[in-house]
Amino acid sequence: MADPAVLAVAEHRRGELREISLELLTAGRELADAIGGELHVAVVSGDVEAHADSLNREGVDAIHTVAVGEEFDHSVYQGAVEALVDAHDPTTLLLPNSVNGLDYAPAVAESLGVPLVTDAIDVAYDDALTVTREQYGSKVETTIEVDGDRFAITIRGGEWPAATGAGEATIESFDAAVDPGESGARVQGYEEVGDGDVDIADADVLVSVGRGIEEEENLELIFDLAEAMGATVSSSRPIVDNGWLPKNRQVGQSGKVVTPDVYLAVGISGAVQHVAGMKGAETIIAVNTDPNAPIFDIADYGIVGDLFEIVPELIDDFE
Amino acid sequence: MKVLVTVKEVAEVGDDFAIEGTEIAESDLEYDLNEWDDYAIEAGVRLAEDGIADEVVALTIGPERSEETIRMALAKGADRAVRVWDDAIAEAFLDVDTKVDLLEAVVDEEDPDLVLTGVQAADDAFGATGVALADRIGFEHAAVVNDLDLDADAGVANVRRELEGGVEELTEVDVPAVLTVQTGINEPRYASLRGIRQAQRKEIATKDLADIGLSPDDVEGALTVTNMYEPESESDAEIIEGDPGEAAGRLAEVLREKGVDA
Repeated sequence: MADPAVLAVAEHRRGELREISLELLTAGRELADAIGGELHVAVVSGDVEAHADSLNREGVDAIHTVAVGEEFDHSVYQGAVEALVDAHDPTTLLLPNSVNGLDYAPAVAESLGVPLVTDAIDVAYDDALTVTREQYGSKVETTIEVDGDRFAITIRGGEWPAATGAGEATIESFDAAVDPGESGARVQGYEEVGDGDVDIADADVLVSVGRGIEEEENLELIFDLAEAMGATVSSSRPIVDNGWLPKNRQVGQSGKVVTPDVYLAVGISGAVQHVAGMKGAETIIAVNTDPNAPIFDIADYGIVGDLFEIVPELIDDFE
Repeated sequence: MKVLVTVKEVAEVGDDFAIEGTEIAESDLEYDLNEWDDYAIEAGVRLAEDGIADEVVALTIGPERSEETIRMALAKGADRAVRVWDDAIAEAFLDVDTKVDLLEAVVDEEDPDLVLTGVQAADDAFGATGVALADRIGFEHAAVVNDLDLDADAGVANVRRELEGGVEELTEVDVPAVLTVQTGINEPRYASLRGIRQAQRKEIATKDLADIGLSPDDVEGALTVTNMYEPESESDAEIIEGDPGEAAGRLAEVLREKGVDA
């Protein structure tokens, strides 16, 4: 087996391979082609055999299974990835920019002494690695050139298509000599949060409210609109962080994924974490004062204006 | 127990701004306390109020201007502050490794039991410094913490980590540890007038590279920003024009066409 150009590390949770794992394969193949070399994939903990079968897609050259532990444990992941790097000497480590990815990728990069670029939305290699990412709340994109012979990159979910097609990868078990019992951070369990009386995932029409509402008292306006329209109220993260609405109303990466017929986003800028939860809506409508707000990039209809002027008119119209 | 909270002054960009080379024009930037760090400060101050922390020290890497930001941390209850800056830092793009070099030097001096950081900074959004620092200084860690219950006698922090999709992981972390704090872990307080007055009298120790045993070579990172641009809008949204009444009327028509009607 030749040395890999890219080693991508899959992510799974509670028995399910996460979608970003297949996106990593697409990004990994692109980069391996640019660098010139193989794409290897590691899957650590859990039912590694089953996950390896799912990861065996077109373009993958080898899959390394590390059968230690059941669920994500950052010290096991760190130990396994470092041992794989020692054994196979990849040029690039490609990891998910997920909550768990960010719980071990920086430690791996630090420990190996390789430069780390997180939250990549594009990568390219032409004698040197360049990574595209967003800054200032998605208002600008930057390209970053990385100086070095080895790199670690975490990629944003949803930016690359999932790899498809059956692969012909060799699947080998890898003994990483890591012991979950030695971890100084021990997972005690999981809890679903935010199940309440209202299930926003079931609603056909959502009126969703964000930071633009300014004050808790103003939420009344949104509830009035939802009532007039026969809709359910949901929100972006800051509203829940402020304690103005319960967690079960939150749409987004850390909240719920919703797919209503109509999603009316009021005073929501459209941060990538929010969009991850609602981009599957059939029709997206945005009301926002900032014409450059990212929400307009995915909206079907938009009004650039002050919600405090638009919403009362809309309520009047429906009443 | 001593708690060290890392705090960053972040640059914010308004609706209109100009890009000059690979930076946003200085006149279009406004500076504020990083939102995530505000929650980390609150978590640290609450540990002091609960009698768990004896001292809360705020640490920042930033120019003189950022003293305004770090005074916010002092006004909210941090006992004192350390600010690291040097002309050599101003000229560098501070990658994760370089930030960790700087933070490690202060950690060595302060010897904290717990380090709290925000999950990420609102401007560059790397989200990596806390976990990388933990690895460097040999502390345990947990990333994206949205609940903290510290058992000082047992030497463990019981935390919740906010995973994607409305799932939380319950984890027991040995202390000393670095925890990266997610918004929503608490409700950050406003600085009181009394707090703001007291903050004026609290110490902000300023250190340059030589003070912490580093040289300008140590802040030469591996990353270089080669281009900055506004992303092209991929929008094909139909923008509804008109005064609020007209726009709302047209929007109501669209909504009815889509089957919305109470």
